[in-house]
Amino acid sequence: MAESAVLEGASAPADEAPIESFTVTLIIRRFDSEFDDEPRWVDYDVELFATDRILDALHKIKWEQDGSLSFRRSCAHGVCGSDAMRINGRNRLACKTLIKDLDISKPIYVEAIKGLPLEKDLIVDMEPFFASYREVQPFLQASGKPEKERIQSVAQRERFDDTTKCILCAACTSSCPVFWTDGQYFGPAAIVNAHRFIFDSRDEAAQVRLDILNDKEGVWRCRTTFNCSEACPRGIEVTKAIAEVKAAVLRGKPDVPKSDLVSA
Amino acid sequence: MDFEDGAVIDGVTYHQYDVVIVGAGGAGMRAAIEAGPQVKTAVITKLYPTRSHTGAAQGGMAAALANVEEDSWEWHTFDTVKGGDYLVDQDAAEILAKEAIDAVLDLENMGLPFNRTPEGKIDQRRFGGHTRDHGKAPVRRACYAADRTGHMILQTLFQNCVKLGVEFYNEYYALDMVMTEVDGVEQPSGIVAYELATGAIHVFQAKAIIYATGGFGKVYKTTSNAHTLTGDGVGIIWRKKLPLEDMEFFQFHPTGLAGLGILLTEGARGEGAILRNASGERFMERYAPTIKDLAPRDIVARCMVQEVAEGRGAGPHKDYVLLDCTHLGAEVLETKLPDITEFARTYLGVDPVVEPVPVMPTAHYAMGGIPTNVSAEVLRDNTTVVPGLYAAGECACVSVHGSNRLGTNSLLDINVFGKRAGNNAAAYAKTAEFTPLPEDPAKFVRELVESTRNATGTERIASLRKELQEEMDKNAQVFRTDESLAKVTETIHSLRQRYQQISVQDKGHRYNTDLLEAIELGFLLDLAEVVVFSARNRKESRGGHMRDDFPKRDDENYMKHTMAYLTGDPHSADAADHITLDWKPVVVTNYQPMERKY
Repeated sequence: MAESAVLEGASAPADEAPIESFTVTLIIRRFDSEFDDEPRWVDYDVELFATDRILDALHKIKWEQDGSLSFRRSCAHGVCGSDAMRINGRNRLACKTLIKDLDISKPIYVEAIKGLPLEKDLIVDMEPFFASYREVQPFLQASGKPEKERIQSVAQRERFDDTTKCILCAACTSSCPVFWTDGQYFGPAAIVNAHRFIFDSRDEAAQVRLDILNDKEGVWRCRTTFNCSEACPRGIEVTKAIAEVKAAVLRGKPDVPKSDLVSA
Repeated sequence: MDFEDGAVIDGVTYHQYDVVIVGAGGAGMRAAIEAGPQVKTAVITKLYPTRSHTGAAQGGMAAALANVEEDSWEWHTFDTVKGGDYLVDQDAAEILAKEAIDAVLDLENMGLPFNRTPEGKIDQRRFGGHTRDHGKAPVRRACYAADRTGHMILQTLFQNCVKLGVEFYNEYYALDMVMTEVDGVEQPSGIVAYELATGAIHVFQAKAIIYATGGFGKVYKTTSNAHTLTGDGVGIIWRKKLPLEDMEFFQFHPTGLAGLGILLTEGARGEGAILRNASGERFMERYAPTIKDLAPRDIVARCMVQEVAEGRGAGPHKDYVLLDCTHLGAEVLETKLPDITEFARTYLGVDPVVEPVPVMPTAHYAMGGIPTNVSAEVLRDNTTVVPGLYAAGECACVSVHGSNRLGTNSLLDINVFGKRAGNNAAAYAKTAEFTPLPEDPAKFVRELVESTRNATGTERIASLRKELQEEMDKNAQVFRTDESLAKVTETIHSLRQRYQQISVQDKGHRYNTDLLEAIELGFLLDLAEVVVFSARNRKESRGGHMRDDFPKRDDENYMKHTMAYLTGDPHSADAADHITLDWKPVVVTNYQPMERKY
């Protein structure tokens, strides 16, 4: 039995037939600088169910075949952002990628995300990624201390809702061809987190962030390839957010909705 | 021993900080935001801060803001006490409910994007056990950001740590607390941590230490908890022979995705979702006629298990019940409950918009933990403070949750008591001197790491862990009996013996997660034993601890906290040879225990 028990949906027929499992081949790009000169691809056969996730497959390998296989994971349901990796050439979270959604007639290729220094197996150095994040001043900057909450209308709150979903998994940034060739580029995730504050009606430092992103390594490096939007496991429209930041840089001011408050 | 800050001696790096915080979830980062600007502060965290499990919390954070209807902190206090089945320390609950209001406003002022009312204020929704005027009807008290309130809290706290320049040691596992004998008493003098990236050992000498390490839900198989919630912090405190309080009380959240345990927020029921059995009956009407599906979690979880046990479960194996959200409409689901809607679609292939979702209780939250007073100071017995040692959040037991925590009170707890811990630790550190480190403070961790890395036995970590988790699910879950607890006691003992024969395959020094899983299992085994031993001793049913063989609450004999102490050789066969239990009185202020009806 796999770690995650398999279960038919509420409307599934009441048959007692055992649930079918499959042998799936994963080919994983392994590397440990302590023992290897360069990365190598290693095959593993794993018995899996259709509803298992790639994370389950990696755990089965680590727990039953080779304990040295190394990867990050924590929540296992797509909210902590630990396990972004390249699965069949696409950036995804291992815990949100189900076997049934992959073609298992062929081997599944798994490797670390690209563009960040490879540390070991599926683990990369996240420090450059977080350094870019920190550079866009990703925190609310507002003067004065209100007596209670700062008032914000439903429409104003809605304006930046999409970019508040970011879990900093780096799937977007490490899917960006510009980032692969230019590690200095801020990358989509940092711009998404700048967007989250630029379009927040309570924030007063939009111009500071727009100036930062008007830099040569800022938004203008974006070539609108949409890889980032496709990679985002939270469904954030990353390319759209970048486009909105570009527009705000040109206009000099973000289009934050006017207050449309209903009086109490 | 003496050293310069940053010195490397025999391969060990020595650091000095006024305050060291272990853990970077909600409680740890809230503490850091207070302590950081005041004194030299470090946060040691086994995960990047934004990976912490606070981020998985969904539904909301309680505070009697009265933004959408009449409410008061006194009602909130009462609900917390009653929800905890009167095992709550009422002075602490009052602080929690009073300070809730500022805790929410603090977060909003820091930037948290709460959902808003039409007037632009923080919106509030209903949640289990939170009522108007002492139980008359559900009240809208939970402040929320869609169904990712925990995510927004974690992000907001991290953002503010970035703003303040808080120093993080990311992916450093704290594996020991160094104690130094001062005037005949053991005092904490530092933390020893293992750096995941390199395998290097670091000693952090500190004037004050704050534990904010979260829970240990991974003692169970079916759990909403992250893989990393292995109770390392609580386990270290235990091994240092400091007590643990109320460990028998574990919360099983009613609505885990069936078979998987992934959390579906109680906020779904707050928005109007209904639990149904196989015949479509809204069974909670029978058990809690006034607030029905919004009864506290312990009650709802028990009712669900009972429905299944009595043959009214749904599905081909009649082994779950259904969470019906279909009448809420696509818009409410997409805007107020988008994440859980996606979880059901992704992991079960069930679309909550058109069909009910299979759910069963999932191990969720430890009410018990490291005993503290309301100042977040750790206790070495019922009343004596360990100077300079603090704990906050799920790893701590204040006790604001008693025997059953109300939903939305944990996001509150981490903010209220995280802030108190940070402020009090900073104040302490300003006047305290460093407690000297003993000679070779890293000795224990160096030996632990080396012996574990070199372990070449025959037992696989994963098999031992799987057996522990499965047996805990079978025998120490929603319903327990002396027989079931005796059985799992045996299992734990045999697993502890087999743990001596483990093998670790990864012999490397870099990112050795194989080694860490082995060490984590050691903590899980220790804590599971304390949970079960404490549970066997409490021969009554209260809150999250339901004894089938003692189905009634017994205030005369058991309205008191359990205090467990490690007093012998932890490897002895009989847990009674090394665990000693004592009691601690419950603080009662305004509310005398009553029968708990909803």
